[in-house]
Amino acid sequence: MLWAEGVRHRFGAVPALDDVTFTLPAGHTLALFGPNGAGKTTLLKVLAGLIRPRAGRAGVEGGRGAIGWIGHQSLLYGQLTVRENLRFWGSLYGVRAPVLDARISGLAARLDLREHLDRRVSTLSRGQTQRAAIARALMHDPSVLLLDEPFTGLDRVAAGELANLVREFAGRGEGRATILVTHNVEEGTDLATDIGILKAGRLVELAPRNARNPEQVGARYRELVS
Amino acid sequence: MSGLLRDALVIARKDLALELRTKTGLGSALVFTALVLTVFNFGRDPTAVAALDLAPSILWVTFTFAAVLSLNRAFQLELENQAFEGLLVSPIDRRSLYLGKLFANLVFVGLVEAVGLPLFALFFNIPILHVLLPLAALIAVATVGFVAVGTLMSALVIRVRFAELMLPVLLLPFLIPPLVGAVQVTARLLAGRPLSEVSGWLRLLLAYDVVFVSLAALLFPATVDE
Repeated sequence: MLWAEGVRHRFGAVPALDDVTFTLPAGHTLALFGPNGAGKTTLLKVLAGLIRPRAGRAGVEGGRGAIGWIGHQSLLYGQLTVRENLRFWGSLYGVRAPVLDARISGLAARLDLREHLDRRVSTLSRGQTQRAAIARALMHDPSVLLLDEPFTGLDRVAAGELANLVREFAGRGEGRATILVTHNVEEGTDLATDIGILKAGRLVELAPRNARNPEQVGARYRELVS
Repeated sequence: MSGLLRDALVIARKDLALELRTKTGLGSALVFTALVLTVFNFGRDPTAVAALDLAPSILWVTFTFAAVLSLNRAFQLELENQAFEGLLVSPIDRRSLYLGKLFANLVFVGLVEAVGLPLFALFFNIPILHVLLPLAALIAVATVGFVAVGTLMSALVIRVRFAELMLPVLLLPFLIPPLVGAVQVTARLLAGRPLSEVSGWLRLLLAYDVVFVSLAALLFPATVDE
């Protein structure tokens, strides 16, 4: 579960978040839409503890150790192999040595990375790198996934693969809560149980997706942010 | 082993693995050291000033600038693929991030000094074998102090444009006390004088280490949080 309560933040004179309040229970996936500068990434960073808000409180049940963070950058070291990266990040999250190798093998099998484990990250394609980034985020078996524009730069096939992986890992039934920040209304809506729309730092919409299709969500989005 | 130290060692090991794989920072610092010593060797008039009078200053100026080169790399390598963001989201104590960087920097700078010292003795025809142990101990004590401050400063400039220029500008004023102390003690050692003549400087160097390692570890979290 994760929550924000009256969160306000500004960068200098520019307001970034304005009285944002919500709760996302386990098992829910919130797709967060908004134009550039609406505060989407800032909200994720506040939830992850990267930014201390000027007012209000926000957090994740289980603290930073419960968060899996996937951005449009991989957070991986290009000159280390995929295996070395996963060992490093796993160790930082307190995954014990005997479990590390088993966890790496399991994730490599699920993410089709077995053949690439001993390749340097700098030699991987964008799609392979993104899969390695997902493996990195899942090394410690997080209960909350925060995804910041994870589809950026991916072609249609790789984006589809990523959507499937997010659905499998973040999804419903595994007790994980997920926030997905994206500009892609179609992919975001498809993955979400809840839709949120940020405009100039305010959460102007937060509702269950229900039966709304991407076109309806897109229309609502345009109506709210125009 | 405490979690703080364990995480610090994980980070230091990763930094060393990255550096040994690319050899970018270490190689540059070693070449720089050799070049500076060569320039000083040929750029002085041996009939005007005795080598022994100039040598301590040259040794420490060389080590200082070589260290600044190495320190510049410490946090820049975290900018690749926004790995730094991953470190800040992870549940590790911020101080262990600082200590890990400090350990790795001490190894890098120590290696540069281990290569630079024999070159210095060779170029300036200064016998050092009879004072090798106290000289090595002095170098170690002085290095801990300026690497402690340098590691903090390199984190401070990580998000600043022209970080390579900003680091020496911010760092060098802080290095004056240990630099003066190290030069004074080195001069006495090379001249075969008793260390009791410079016990005040030795105490200053030790106090500088204790104060700045503690202070830097305390201040570090504030320098990396947004």
